[in-house]
Amino acid sequence: MYVAVKGGERAIDNAHAWLAEERRGAPDVAELSIAQIREQLALAVNRVMAEGSLYDPDLAALAIKQARGDMIEAIFLIRAYRTTLPRFGASDPVETGAMACDRRISATYKDLPGGQVLGPTFDYTHRLLDFALAAEGGEVPAPATGAADAEDMPHVTGFLAGEGLIQGEAEGAETPRDLTREPLDFPADRPLRLQALARGDEGFVLSMAYSTQRGYGRNHPFVGELRVGIVEVEMEIPELGFAIGIGEMQVTECETVNQFLGSKSEPPQFTRGYGLVFGHSERKAISMALVDRALRWEELGEDDSGAPAQDSEFVLSHADNVQATGFLEHIKLPHYVDFQSELELIRRIRAEAIAAGAREAAE
Amino acid sequence: MSSSEEIATRKARLTTLATAPHARLLALWQAFGTPPAHEMLRAPEIGTVMVRGRAGATGAPFNLGEMTVTRCSVRLDSGATGHGYVQGRGLEAARAAALIDALAEDGQAEALEAAVLAPLRAEAAAARSSRAAKAAATKVEFFTMVRGE
Repeated sequence: MYVAVKGGERAIDNAHAWLAEERRGAPDVAELSIAQIREQLALAVNRVMAEGSLYDPDLAALAIKQARGDMIEAIFLIRAYRTTLPRFGASDPVETGAMACDRRISATYKDLPGGQVLGPTFDYTHRLLDFALAAEGGEVPAPATGAADAEDMPHVTGFLAGEGLIQGEAEGAETPRDLTREPLDFPADRPLRLQALARGDEGFVLSMAYSTQRGYGRNHPFVGELRVGIVEVEMEIPELGFAIGIGEMQVTECETVNQFLGSKSEPPQFTRGYGLVFGHSERKAISMALVDRALRWEELGEDDSGAPAQDSEFVLSHADNVQATGFLEHIKLPHYVDFQSELELIRRIRAEAIAAGAREAAE
Repeated sequence: MSSSEEIATRKARLTTLATAPHARLLALWQAFGTPPAHEMLRAPEIGTVMVRGRAGATGAPFNLGEMTVTRCSVRLDSGATGHGYVQGRGLEAARAAALIDALAEDGQAEALEAAVLAPLRAEAAAARSSRAAKAAATKVEFFTMVRGE
């Protein structure tokens, strides 16, 4: 525990003033604008929105600027701001099947309705530093355009479901549990787990997903489909009595097709993992789908192999980086009284041990 | 009670206003003329909406995360009420949306359609088709290598 101590106000004020100067950096270098961060560091903005659990690119960009690029600090700022706002309600579930896709790929079917659309991807780049970007003011050539057909892009899992080859999705409660309104409680049902994973730390969820690929709770995933694009958000408006579109947002969705399962009553079927994340964040969406699938072992009647990724208490309790940071970093706050008692204790034990040693030597 | 056609029209209008860039909405609204006298039923207010998804895209709803929304409700002297919802934080934009909705309910729907809503819809459609055209250019056309020979 730590205790309140007084004093240090002047030191704190001065530290904050210096922080502001350090944040600004060398004054002869132009200051970053919020619009520059929003437009040119969009993937950082996306991560702050996803893990801050608040879709607002301008706010996320401001948080990144204020946090000097420390992503978890920026996420913390967004979470704190969110708590100051009233909540008007909840949207209807977004229709990802109607997404205006910038990108849509499948690792399971080569030819599929709507096709394989690469979108603005890092894939197939050579990961060589591009020194041309170090020179400012370069013109960016306009990307090629093609004839956009009105062809639908149905979900890949829909084809498999049509043949009965993949498990159907169970219907759930119309109002899912919400871990921003009630403490995380176990057993956690799938909607609650998906919420925790969607706002979980990207690095943590990635590592958990990677652990399943390396054999700790292996679930043989195929990326049935990965899509990135704009979805409409609709909400019922009580004063109107019908739903209206209240916004549009970019999301990334990953559906995995996993090892099959059969029982006495059902012939073997593929199973599913699901990832959905604010913004363009493929690593996070795929990771989420793998961990979602690993956590489903119980409802699918699989064995608990004791893998960390199968342990919902372990995964969900440690996925939140704001919670983790808060608890981790609090140990740097004054623990003077705790430490004083430990000091006294160790001095006494040492004195006793030395005295006992001296007695033994004398005997 | 409104007919389903009236509901569809109002829904389309409110959706267009909600998703429009605030600066564009305000510019077109200001160009439309002096705002009518009105009473605030609900002053512009910034809040959030919890956005939901579905497990596996079709299954149980879950809470994905929140988004910022600003809303406002007004009543004109004629008694017509208007509700404005806009994405993000925009007190002025929400008020403009509420006033546009109220005026449209008060017989000015055609004039507003021409001056505000049609341009916003056209711009949104142009932005969408520009992205769709760039996406289309990245669609993979597979060809199979011939073996042997």
